[in-house]
Amino acid sequence: MKHALLAAGLAAFLFAAASSHARADAAFEARLKNLEEELRCLVCQNQTLADSTAPLAEDLRREVRGLALQGKSDAEIKQYLVARYGDFVLYKPPLKSTTLLLWFGPFAFLLGGGLVWYVVLRRRGRQSENENEDDRPPAAGPPSGDQSERARALLDESKES
Amino acid sequence: MKALRFVLPLAIFIVLVGFLWVGLARDPHEVPSPLVDKPAPAFSLAQLDDPAKKLGPADLKGQVWLLNVWASWCVSCRVEHPLLVALAKTKLVPIIGLDYKDTNDLGRAWLVEHGDPYQVSVVDADGRVGIDWGVYGVPETFVVDKAGVIRYKQIGPITLESLQQKILPLVRELQKS
Repeated sequence: MKHALLAAGLAAFLFAAASSHARADAAFEARLKNLEEELRCLVCQNQTLADSTAPLAEDLRREVRGLALQGKSDAEIKQYLVARYGDFVLYKPPLKSTTLLLWFGPFAFLLGGGLVWYVVLRRRGRQSENENEDDRPPAAGPPSGDQSERARALLDESKES
Repeated sequence: MKALRFVLPLAIFIVLVGFLWVGLARDPHEVPSPLVDKPAPAFSLAQLDDPAKKLGPADLKGQVWLLNVWASWCVSCRVEHPLLVALAKTKLVPIIGLDYKDTNDLGRAWLVEHGDPYQVSVVDADGRVGIDWGVYGVPETFVVDKAGVIRYKQIGPITLESLQQKILPLVRELQKS
């Protein structure tokens, strides 16, 4: 009985250890996969390191795995590749003076476009206001003597013809 | 104000065309190397002719030299190879070959077939030294100065033009200093 308990305990312990090991492995693989998806393959430049089957990509994946196994952080691994291949290996370019336009250019364009839009709208609004003034009916009230005389003349004219 | 309405889009168009025009002339496969003006990454690799002997950048200090990355499987290496052979005959500058991801037998056979312009070739069988040097498209050629600093990197085959306009003038200048 004692032996059976001991054996069961040992089995449970081993199982727990193995499954935690597997879980750690899965986490490690997921981390590598994530990292490789942020890195560019230099040969086929529109593919990530994770997607590419180029021999160089295989070598770089092996290198990344080796560094990760050595306990290097993601930032250190990226730094390792940037030192050799430049910022181009990163799919997300770092923010520095040469990439300011890249990062903020689109927002500058958006702002510029918004400004143009605003100015055009305002100008158009003012124009239609002016037009409305011309179309507006004359102020209410009885027609002045001058006006009624003109109206009568016009009416007479149409009767004669 | 009215003139601006016509001039402004035209100006924007001209700037855009300018950018696109410059972009056309650029080769997106040429990624500028961060290693230029940095010390050449160290290595010590077995020589192709005599695997018992090793060679590395440390052994070449004090002279200007070229590192040419080649391989027997590399097609465009055949394009630049006659130029390298011709350059080696002038003895202007020693050329060291880095046989990249290749086997010794194939590498040796290739040099017999196409001529051997290299003072020494070393073998980078697993491509690790290539990674240290930021190699991503064979052939590549580096100019290393007397202090062991990389001064220029040519990606892709050397052409007569790049040799005459970039590499040789740079080599001459570095040899003087």
